[in-house]
Amino acid sequence: MIFLSSPHQHSGNSIQLTMFSVIIALIPAAMVSVYLYGWLAVFLLTTCIGMSLLTEYVVLRMMKRDTARLWDGSAALTGLFLALVLPAAVPWWIAVFAAVFAILLGKQLYGGLGYNLFNPALAARVVLLISFPLYMTSWLIPMHMGAVLDMYDFSNSLSFFFLGPDAVKQTWDAITMATPLGHVKTELTQGVTVGEALANYQYSTLNAFIGREAGSLGEGSALALLMGGIWLMARHTISWHIPVSYLLTVAVFAGIFNLINPDVYAPPLFHLLAGGLILCAFFMATDPVSSPSSGIGKIVFGVGCGLLTWVIRTFGNYPEGAMFAVVLMNCATPLIDYYIRPRVYGYKRGEKS
Amino acid sequence: MSKLLEMLKGLGEQLHLKPQHSFTGGVHPQELKKTAGLPSMTCPLPKQIILPMKQHIGDACEPLVKVGDHVLRGQQIAKSQGYLSVPVHASTSGTVTKIEDHVIAHPSGLGLPCIFIEPDGKDEVDESLYPLPNYRSADPIELRERIRSAGLAGLGGAAFPTFIKLVLDQQNKIETVVLNGIECEPWLTNDHQLMLEKAHEIVTGMDILMHMVGSQQGIIAIEDNKMDTVEVMQKTLVDMGLDASVRIEVLPTKYPQGGEKQLIQVLTGKEVPAGRLPIQVGVLSQNVGTSKAIYDAVCLGEALTERMMTVSGDALPNPTNMRVRLGTPVAWLLEQCGLDDTDGIKVIHGGPMMGDILTDMRIPVVKASNGILAMRISTLMQAHHQEDPCIRCGDCGDVCPAGLMPNLLAVHCKEEQFERAEDYNLFDCIECGACSYVCPSHIPLVHYFRFGKGKVAQIRREKAFAEESRKRSETRDARIAQELAEKEEKRRIAKEKKEARAKALAEKQAQEAAEGETKKPEAES
Repeated sequence: MIFLSSPHQHSGNSIQLTMFSVIIALIPAAMVSVYLYGWLAVFLLTTCIGMSLLTEYVVLRMMKRDTARLWDGSAALTGLFLALVLPAAVPWWIAVFAAVFAILLGKQLYGGLGYNLFNPALAARVVLLISFPLYMTSWLIPMHMGAVLDMYDFSNSLSFFFLGPDAVKQTWDAITMATPLGHVKTELTQGVTVGEALANYQYSTLNAFIGREAGSLGEGSALALLMGGIWLMARHTISWHIPVSYLLTVAVFAGIFNLINPDVYAPPLFHLLAGGLILCAFFMATDPVSSPSSGIGKIVFGVGCGLLTWVIRTFGNYPEGAMFAVVLMNCATPLIDYYIRPRVYGYKRGEKS
Repeated sequence: MSKLLEMLKGLGEQLHLKPQHSFTGGVHPQELKKTAGLPSMTCPLPKQIILPMKQHIGDACEPLVKVGDHVLRGQQIAKSQGYLSVPVHASTSGTVTKIEDHVIAHPSGLGLPCIFIEPDGKDEVDESLYPLPNYRSADPIELRERIRSAGLAGLGGAAFPTFIKLVLDQQNKIETVVLNGIECEPWLTNDHQLMLEKAHEIVTGMDILMHMVGSQQGIIAIEDNKMDTVEVMQKTLVDMGLDASVRIEVLPTKYPQGGEKQLIQVLTGKEVPAGRLPIQVGVLSQNVGTSKAIYDAVCLGEALTERMMTVSGDALPNPTNMRVRLGTPVAWLLEQCGLDDTDGIKVIHGGPMMGDILTDMRIPVVKASNGILAMRISTLMQAHHQEDPCIRCGDCGDVCPAGLMPNLLAVHCKEEQFERAEDYNLFDCIECGACSYVCPSHIPLVHYFRFGKGKVAQIRREKAFAEESRKRSETRDARIAQELAEKEEKRRIAKEKKEARAKALAEKQAQEAAEGETKKPEAES
């Protein structure tokens, strides 16, 4: 007897559809990364996605689970996320390590899809940042300064990716630069004001918006990310709660402190466009598994992410705070889901059944 | 994003000073109303009528007839037992052939006592209920009794006994009478067709209701996918001179807007407090079909013996709207619509969102039957896809009209943590199915809630039973202890008496002995 309880009609939505929508929404950002970093981006993307799928397949086989789950899109999405949060200059083994860590420890050891506490890609990113700080903070000069595409054709890129910069007779200093956030942070410690730091970096808001600043592979172009994110919101794949509350919180805090002392605190627009904020707000923090499920819980989560991001960026040791903020708030998700619930029909707020 | 737009829309409407309410959540499933606007046909009498003793929410009835009796259409054949119950009437004239358990439309597949009637084809009507066309001068209490004895239960699908809603006291004044013509389930068009064909009867039924509860305001609620009915109903209101007190509200199509509590929220902005009836907020709501049945019962003196139904589904060659006698077996209905083979087909009793899959085609039509849908198994299997893990997307909570968190609730039900489930308001779920409908993982959430509710009810029963046994055993222990104590007391008293007697005897003997001793020498001497 087949299992049949009402309702007998369905919207047609599925996990696969959800995951592939997100993948499609990230394609503009991935394309920008290929434009900015050439073959290196292609290698990184294929390695991360391929290794994630391979790890997922091996784990599913080992745990004797249905290997058809491989095609639900979640492992491919984790791989894509990973590539987009890594610097373009990482060698192959970091990409492999990251993919294996994300799928094996970040996801499957928690019980697989739906049970992980953290966003697997971000968890892996945080572990890498702590374990291999040098590789993880060496940012290639993006295309608009002319460095990468001039220097790296296919074979050079391949050697760089597999053998490291020494193999193509390059030193780190010649091909890397700081991110705007990192630059401002360093300058501030030397008594330079925010305004001067941005000026000597030749920072422009337009460049940051369309993605011509140094950073992780996919975090550069706010424009590409916004296109994907807004498309996802329009399709109801993600709700507006987390991105809006997250970005607003960062803007409000940055704005207040910038008004108080513009020399020490960077302006809100700089914060919004810099680093992985937009990527995190639309794609990472909205990961359904590791974020709260009620609308009001999502707003609390977004505000928490925003606050932590700004605090880590401003007072912490790391110039970039968005990923730490999301991972930290992931821990709070079960608590938020327990204490913050929507009001039930027929009850006053806080009233019990 | 959509909520933001809704908020902005609400703001705009406020600026135009027209309050427009909505209910939280809801979905808009594919409508699939193939039979919309199809004139209704009368279903021919089947060879056998099967009338279950319980066709409403509440207690089952007790048969008044025995095998071999001849009954007439509209004759009461079973009397109500308990408060929440309405009698059952024969739906045609004929002979009672048997009274025994038979499967009914219930997910458990369990049987219930039913009266079987073999129709004689004459369809003779029982005339014990006289028509009362001049209802405005009738006593509301008498009308209420008539509605009860005509066997009226809500025809919208929930089958709540109609008379219970017509509480006629002064403390809870009903201000608004609402007629529910929403019909938000996909496929179903029976209310739609009834409004087109019986507008006069429906509006008269509403007038009877307003007269009974002394209400001055009436609202007929219709969704905007049935604009033709709006026209017909409005014209009827004008013709009957009721357009001043009764207005028609056209609402945007959304499921489950036809749910009583959701509809009241949309129309008045008020929420019915948990565990209370709509009367608490001064509203009486009835389905349009029930309103027509009220007209029949009052103005024509007819008991509830037939109803309008939609017989449709993607496996049915000739879907239609039908006037069907209560007790007609489903197989007969499907036969009338050209279905001759039920292989590869499942039949749904009700709409696709809340209806049950029928286990047996001999199951009879009851008062709650608003539709019968013959669906291809392949179509159903698309909806009942294999269950994937929950990715906690929260879509279920977004569409829940009760404001629950279905994903967490389902986890607690599945893992049998029923206290947690109750803490997450398990019993406030109205089982509308909107959550399962949108779930990307195809989790049968409603199934888990039903399982949880059933289990909790069972645990409560067992607890109550255990409590009862404990009390009984305590009383018994106390009684035994008391009896023992009494026995002990008796024994003690007896013992004391015995001792006293023995003592007295001993004293007497001693005295006698002493006396003897003193006498003895005398005697010897």
